[in-house]
Amino acid sequence: MEALVAIAIGVLTAVGLYLTLRLRTFPVILGLTMLSYAVNIFLFTSGRLTQNRAPIIGTGETYADPLPQALVLTAIVISFGMTAVIMIMAIGGFLESGHDRVNMAEGNDEAAEDRA
Amino acid sequence: MMGHWIIAPVVLPAFIAGLMVVAMRNDLLLKRVAGVTSIVLLNAIALALLWSASTHGPQVYFLGDWPAPFGIVLVLDRLSAMMVTLLAALALPVVLYAIGSGWDAKGAHFHPLLQFLLMGIGGAFLTGDAFNLFVFFEILLIASYGLMIHGGGSERTRAGIQYVAFNLIGSSLFLFALALTYSVTGTLNIADLAAKLPSLPEGDAALLRVTAVLLILVFAIKGALVPLQFWLPGTYANAPGVVAAMFAVMTKVGAYATLRFGAMVFPPDLPATGMLLHALILPAGLVTLVVGAVGVLGATTLPRLVAFGGIASMGTAFTAIGAFTPATTSAALYYILHSTLATAAMFLVADLVTRRRTHARLNETAPPIAQSGLISALFMAAAIAMAGMPPLSGFLGKLLILDAFRGQEALVWTVVLVSSFLMILGYARAGSTLFWKASALEAQPEEPRAEGLAYTATITLLVGLAALTVLAGPVTGWLDETTGNLYAPQGYIAAARLGQGG
Repeated sequence: MEALVAIAIGVLTAVGLYLTLRLRTFPVILGLTMLSYAVNIFLFTSGRLTQNRAPIIGTGETYADPLPQALVLTAIVISFGMTAVIMIMAIGGFLESGHDRVNMAEGNDEAAEDRA
Repeated sequence: MMGHWIIAPVVLPAFIAGLMVVAMRNDLLLKRVAGVTSIVLLNAIALALLWSASTHGPQVYFLGDWPAPFGIVLVLDRLSAMMVTLLAALALPVVLYAIGSGWDAKGAHFHPLLQFLLMGIGGAFLTGDAFNLFVFFEILLIASYGLMIHGGGSERTRAGIQYVAFNLIGSSLFLFALALTYSVTGTLNIADLAAKLPSLPEGDAALLRVTAVLLILVFAIKGALVPLQFWLPGTYANAPGVVAAMFAVMTKVGAYATLRFGAMVFPPDLPATGMLLHALILPAGLVTLVVGAVGVLGATTLPRLVAFGGIASMGTAFTAIGAFTPATTSAALYYILHSTLATAAMFLVADLVTRRRTHARLNETAPPIAQSGLISALFMAAAIAMAGMPPLSGFLGKLLILDAFRGQEALVWTVVLVSSFLMILGYARAGSTLFWKASALEAQPEEPRAEGLAYTATITLLVGLAALTVLAGPVTGWLDETTGNLYAPQGYIAAARLGQGG
């Protein structure tokens, strides 16, 4: 089971990193989602992988650690909210500029100049 | 003893922000009154906490009265109380400037987002739990995303996307680091970590080093340490000026967390990590300082120039933090106090200029701006503070840092002094383009705008710097004791009363 989980985390991270390095916002957002999946599984395994154990200390030789599950739940909620935020910003950026490239035009701080 | 008041810097802005969103949606005046009231109250609470932490030592607040290390704790010690006070002291001029300049009227949610930002930063300073630190980081980030694109515009939105994407990667990194921490030590309570790490089995030392470096990487992203500084100029230069001023304290969250973890959890005498963090942070800090100084000299727009000035100040702070000795740390704390106020003042002055000038470029002249006399005087004062020239506190801060490195690092002296010289050149060049070359042009300046509150806010920040200079003696004395507690964290660990409950 360890090998399976390790490979899953590795593949998700690799895919996530590759996609976040793309030039368009949509693949970047997908990549960030993949990264958050990878990190959620990684968090889950930080309490050690166990099967068929009670989440209580002292009932057997080993136990299922309940804390990482609470951490994962928090991380899922946060990454879900963050994905929604960046999605809305990407749509806003697309509608205002007419394209969805991530990079900025060279040396162009129009926002700074709009202030006058 | 402060009891329940320790959580007030988190609960008060959260409550006010919620109230604003629900009950004052379309009433700008009401939001302004509520926002200023909340920040004034926050200042009072922060001062009370500061007094209590100085006289009674570290205190702890158990959330839901769950015993540590199982529940989440907030810990008030001198360092966290100082940072909360700095946050509150910065927020007041910023909110006054936003009202005086009309920035807060350009979108519906400026005031609630500012309150949420205060909640997140305050919580990050106070929390005594590493995972809770992550949660407060996310709260301050999500508020900062909203503030960063406040006022709209396509360039600003797209700079915002880069900022959000970069920070989301940083958040993933933080979670990886926390998962590693938990799997190695079985705890995420900072005091518990500090107590447990020295007795960790030797086989886990390699994992622990990875954990330490990952955590420092996350804090380096927040603190804009080279090579992770590249998000900052684009973000700060495209954000509204008043928001960039508030963001001056956000980079300090990175510095604070680095200090908390580097000095308490992974101290230099911990066998597993040893001088690892020192060897990473000190050179990175020096490079950051050089990058910032060269950027100040080479920037083509005014907001970008100030952003690079901010990077340079973080470089100076991280250089001093990276040495991890009590003398350098208290110098770093003094410099953090100074540079937060100075960077914010400089951003506000830059905003005063760019809103009046026809464009923000520094390589072309523009017709003279209204009220250029007063604004140029403010620019000069802020530039003196940023570059670290006498008589303001930037000079004293750099002097303390140089003095703390006496006899051990010729390199540090050279880099700090040469980069200060570059920054003096950069600010002088910017000032002469903005104010002197402009007067050669014929055009008449437009009518002066009545923005008393905006000027008051900027001058308040500069007065704060002057006060920091005059009171340098007592302040550094107080900071020395703070540093002493940081490197001998028995009080902090005892305050958390591990396993005993409230």
